[in-house]
Amino acid sequence: MASPPAIAVEGLTVRRGGRPVLHGLSFSIAAGTVTGLLGPSGCGKTTLMRSIVGVQIVEAGRVEVLGTPAGSASLRARVGYVTQAPSVYRDLSVRENLRYFARVLAAPNERIEEAIETVALGEQADQVVASLSGGQSARVSLATALLGKPDLLVLDEPTVGLDPVLRRDLWATFRGLAAEGTTLLVSSHVMEEAEHCDELLLMREGELLATESPAALRARTGREQLDEAFLALIEERAAV
Amino acid sequence: MSARVTVATALRVLTQLRRDPRTIALLLAVPPFLLTLLKGAFHQDPETFQHVGGPLVGLFPFTTMFVVTSITMLRERTTGTLERLMSLPLAKLDLLFGYGIAFAVVAVVQAVLTSAYAFGLLGLDVVGPTAAVVALAVGNALLGMSLGLFVSAFARTEFQAVQFMPAIVFPQLLLCGLFVARDQMVGVLQIISDTMPLTYAFEALESVTTEGTLGSRGALDVTVIVGATLLLLALGALTLRRRTP
Repeated sequence: MASPPAIAVEGLTVRRGGRPVLHGLSFSIAAGTVTGLLGPSGCGKTTLMRSIVGVQIVEAGRVEVLGTPAGSASLRARVGYVTQAPSVYRDLSVRENLRYFARVLAAPNERIEEAIETVALGEQADQVVASLSGGQSARVSLATALLGKPDLLVLDEPTVGLDPVLRRDLWATFRGLAAEGTTLLVSSHVMEEAEHCDELLLMREGELLATESPAALRARTGREQLDEAFLALIEERAAV
Repeated sequence: MSARVTVATALRVLTQLRRDPRTIALLLAVPPFLLTLLKGAFHQDPETFQHVGGPLVGLFPFTTMFVVTSITMLRERTTGTLERLMSLPLAKLDLLFGYGIAFAVVAVVQAVLTSAYAFGLLGLDVVGPTAAVVALAVGNALLGMSLGLFVSAFARTEFQAVQFMPAIVFPQLLLCGLFVARDQMVGVLQIISDTMPLTYAFEALESVTTEGTLGSRGALDVTVIVGATLLLLALGALTLRRRTP
């Protein structure tokens, strides 16, 4: 492919609390794809996402997003980031939250209703976030990131605790966004979600085990189930 | 900076406050209540009530805005909304000025109601114009707000933030001249009180309420109040980090 990658990471090393969390990661992600970032809890997925969004202090390495260094001021309107814990105002209603973030992003008002529809919160739109369930609050947080039509969406475990129907709908939404040219990086600790992705980044203990498509992973390990393929990779590593 | 984002932030903070009617009731009812207690306590000594009551009307907003702002800002930090804002196209000054506008509005309402009650119903008399007392009250509210914004960076929990009230506000109230005239304090305490912004806020209020003008040190007082507010806002901006460890 000739088009430049949406994300290019080289030798990324991060320490948090004096402890190394990422050990010199290198990879790149093509524009307009859905990439799954998979690995067990605590393996460094969130730290990697924070580094890409540019909110993480990095020890060494280079992170380029949409052709500019991560965290550049020009990227703030082009990169949407949804943290694992919903970061919205609990004492405001769904619509009030979205209205505020839309003003910050200079997004037109129609986007507010579109975003509410995408995350299926129409009935709760005027409810205060504190009165919503955990999954619903997470969707408010996701909706705010959709407001600005970002070129890159970084989503930290967006489907945790959602009912299967909604999870399927959200993955359809992600695919739709990618088809329109948005690049998505979606983390999960559930291997079955890997199925929805074009590419996978498999992480364990701050290192990348593999960067490939689900089909390539299956072919290489000879396992049909992706979680078994992941296990095979870990064992292969341990044997070296 | 953008006016759109600053105004949106101010409206957002005011909407959050509106969702909490009990806090609004406390903000507006506590100062009149305390002044009523003060009047009762100085029943035998109405002159002291007259002397202390006027400046107090202008000092209440300082303490309330300090607490309200430090807790609100701490919540932004702990719920992740600050981190989200810092990853969006929002200037730090948009956030700080947004807070400033919102709390200035609250301070105006608080000061107007408190002075209407004190001057109208409690029989408190001031020599200067009541509008000057209200204006100083709003200035003090912004001073308290910027101090609260700054110290919120040093609190991890709401318990800690609340403890900053006795730790940072009480010493200033004790030494500003409200309880004991400053020229009757020991030298060391006078020097300490010289370094505290509330001293100048009290001095200005005392001059307006007893002499009717800002007095000979009026320019200094106003400069210190405005200067300290801006300095604390700048320090507060330094505590808003786009990148964190």
